[in-house]
Amino acid sequence: MQATHAVSHSGTHEAHHEQGGFWRTYIFSTDHKIIGIQYGITSLCFLLFGFCLMLMMRWQIAHPGQPVPLVGPLLEHVLGASKGIISADLYNMFGAMHGTIMIFLGVVPLAFAAFGNYVVPLMIGAPDMAFPRVNMASYQAYLVGGIIMFTSFFIPGGPAQAGWTSYSPLATSIASNGQTFWLIGMVFLITSSLLGAVNFIATIIQLRAPGMTWMRLPFFVWAQFVTAFLLLLAFPPLEAASIMQLMDKVAHTSFFLPTGLAVGGALANVSGGGSPLLWQHLFWFLGHPEVYVLILPAMGIVAEIIANNTRKPIWGYKSLVYSALVVGFLSFIVWAHHMYMTGMGVKIATFFQTTTMIISIPSVIILTCLFISLWGGSIRFNTPMLFVMAFLPMFGIGGLTGLPLGLSYIDLHLHDTYYVIAHFHYIVAPGTIFALFAGIYYWFPKATGRMMNEFWGKVHFWLSLIFMNLIFQPMFGQGMAGMLRRMSDGGANYSAAVNSRAGADVIGGLSDYVMHLHTYILWAAVGLAIAQIPFIINFFWSIKGGKPAGSDNPWHATTLEWQTPTPPPHGNFAVEPHVYRGPYEYSVPGHSTDFTPQNEPEK
Amino acid sequence: MEIPYTVQPRPDTGLYNAKVGIWLFLASEVMLFGALFSAYILLRVGAPDGYWPEGWLNVPLGTLNTLVLITSSITTVMAWASLKMGRFSRFKVYHAITLICAVTFLCIKSSEYHDKWIHYEATLKDGTFADGHFRSAVYVNTASNEKLTQKSFHGMEYTTGTGTNAQHFALESVTLNGHIVDDVKKLYNLHSLHEVVHHEDFTVQASQIKRIENYGPWHNTYTALYFTLTGLHALHVIGGAIVIAFLWGPGSKMWQTDPERFTNRVEISGLFWHFVDLVWIFLFPVLYLL
Repeated sequence: MQATHAVSHSGTHEAHHEQGGFWRTYIFSTDHKIIGIQYGITSLCFLLFGFCLMLMMRWQIAHPGQPVPLVGPLLEHVLGASKGIISADLYNMFGAMHGTIMIFLGVVPLAFAAFGNYVVPLMIGAPDMAFPRVNMASYQAYLVGGIIMFTSFFIPGGPAQAGWTSYSPLATSIASNGQTFWLIGMVFLITSSLLGAVNFIATIIQLRAPGMTWMRLPFFVWAQFVTAFLLLLAFPPLEAASIMQLMDKVAHTSFFLPTGLAVGGALANVSGGGSPLLWQHLFWFLGHPEVYVLILPAMGIVAEIIANNTRKPIWGYKSLVYSALVVGFLSFIVWAHHMYMTGMGVKIATFFQTTTMIISIPSVIILTCLFISLWGGSIRFNTPMLFVMAFLPMFGIGGLTGLPLGLSYIDLHLHDTYYVIAHFHYIVAPGTIFALFAGIYYWFPKATGRMMNEFWGKVHFWLSLIFMNLIFQPMFGQGMAGMLRRMSDGGANYSAAVNSRAGADVIGGLSDYVMHLHTYILWAAVGLAIAQIPFIINFFWSIKGGKPAGSDNPWHATTLEWQTPTPPPHGNFAVEPHVYRGPYEYSVPGHSTDFTPQNEPEK
Repeated sequence: MEIPYTVQPRPDTGLYNAKVGIWLFLASEVMLFGALFSAYILLRVGAPDGYWPEGWLNVPLGTLNTLVLITSSITTVMAWASLKMGRFSRFKVYHAITLICAVTFLCIKSSEYHDKWIHYEATLKDGTFADGHFRSAVYVNTASNEKLTQKSFHGMEYTTGTGTNAQHFALESVTLNGHIVDDVKKLYNLHSLHEVVHHEDFTVQASQIKRIENYGPWHNTYTALYFTLTGLHALHVIGGAIVIAFLWGPGSKMWQTDPERFTNRVEISGLFWHFVDLVWIFLFPVLYLL
């Protein structure tokens, strides 16, 4: 079948969508593949933007009070930063928006919506998503939310500055309108992921091709299925919380504002009676499942690429599936481990410590299965595989350093330090984002008919791996030395004050060595930025200039997305596929090739 | 390209796509309202003794609204059943009643909102509390000393016009229909009051008023919850009514071309309508009775 479909050139791409012209085809498309690409491009832009915010913050941390090089005049001109210096307020805005953008506008839309939209219907043998127009609405709601967030940089007073967690009463008490924009933006983003989640689940339940039973689904589909349930059920409480905080902000209610609240030394003019803890509970009820929304699609991508490049079945497919389901369920009952510092009672803390330790078990099962899958394989070390091979230990570091944080006694010391930053960035940056890079390199030939350049892919990989570790590894040390995460000068004033009072060794002061690490981290971050240039050029150049993929199935993969024409036309499959076997039938003894596609009939 | 199972159920799941979709959507709605109800529980449990409002809402009106919504749920089912039996004209009648019920519900709800909006509580400088529905207010033009009676409350002072035309008015007195109490707790738990509160018109001088505000969402956490929860519910009622009105009016043309799909659409909108009804079944006791 695959030989009959010659690789399409990008010129014939339009021919598949001749109905409706440019606007209907690319902007208001209902085709899941176009929507996936829309999500992908938009979220990659937001990832780059969020990364740039972080670069400027790293400069300010390493060189407090000095004008930012290169972009200083731009900051002064556009955001009113005097002399191009990042003030403490501006630092807070960048910090809040870095977190918000990276999570809600970058990684989740890329991992869940972009890859899910493009790949899931193809993998299950469906012609499209169950509700194509809802799918379009989902992207548009995301785009509107993103534009609102972005616009908030340019309003008087600037964007939200109470952190991505937006704790009340701080978030409500800041006089500017940034938080209002943030909340309205969030309502749009939550609506978007709700529509997406409904669509994914309905598609996976209803539109599986004949023979595609639940235990024949590729693990990536399972991962997206569980992720969709997390988004469906965990996001609405944050939507409720956002509505209430919005009421606090614009209708002057007191949902999260306690009696006797004083702002700026004066009693606030509010009725009081509200509960700041209520916000934290509702926020983290989303916040913790959100962590698994970030990681599960990445694990799905990793499983696909490992099976394909080790040329053998995934070890423990059923264990992976059941572990993903258990992770999904447990992620709803661990949220308060983010709140040990709120003066939580011992009994409640014990409950959440227990569930937190338990949830590490299925996570470790997943990682172990993926590691064992490497055993005895004749591994093809192409670019996607390199990123995946790095994902395994990097996610391992992120996961294992999280265990101490799950115990309240240790968390009291490490809470709000750079240790926490290092821990979750190891999961999301060299973890999830590496898996997403792997996915881009892996599925690129399906979407365009051309391969991305291997050499520059490897340059991108090795430089990113080195600089990621140089950035985040020192932060574990800084955090254990007591450096707090939200100080806009990187702790310079705090250290100087404490150290001058009672000598350098007093508890609380930071040694020069720990402070100097900021400079190294800055240059590692700059290095990481430079390392992305080959990727960006490679990505756009390869669309037209890459090496032709040569067939519909250049990686010799078994799953259904490779059994379509390239790029897949509207409606995906020329003939409705029938599925005869599980997803990872590689190197089956006695078979003429080392892979057996899912839709190849039994002989 | 055609997407399978948009009308006919998939054999192994027994459901058509939209039915899976609406149940998933309702699951997320349960979480949305669930979070708001847990906010209610937490804030009520955290309120100091005797300061949680009870008996502030009109129970007969609330009961009437409950009956209106239940009626609309019944007619929704009947409308769908009529289509299943192929009787289109009866569908039209039943869903017309559904729509009338939806509008009636919203009218009653807005009159209740209005009642809270014109209900004022004033903290007086002598330590007592004046509470009642707004009747009128007298304002004085600060330049000409001219007196002006207003039928709605404009705050302690207000300005009309701009620049040189600007005129400033200050409150002189306000007339409320209600009563004055010595302990603010007497305004909270109306269930525990044994004597019937006597309501009469009385006038308070502006010089006596320390603070005055109406029973809007800002008044306390109870009114905040009341307006947010019922407001969000009312938005759901409006959304559902728009969909039903579409299916009743222009959308019903589909009956001629694709009756089965049209019946499915009516079923889906009906499921949503039942959910909206169900939320009210929880809201009514929580806000009106408890």
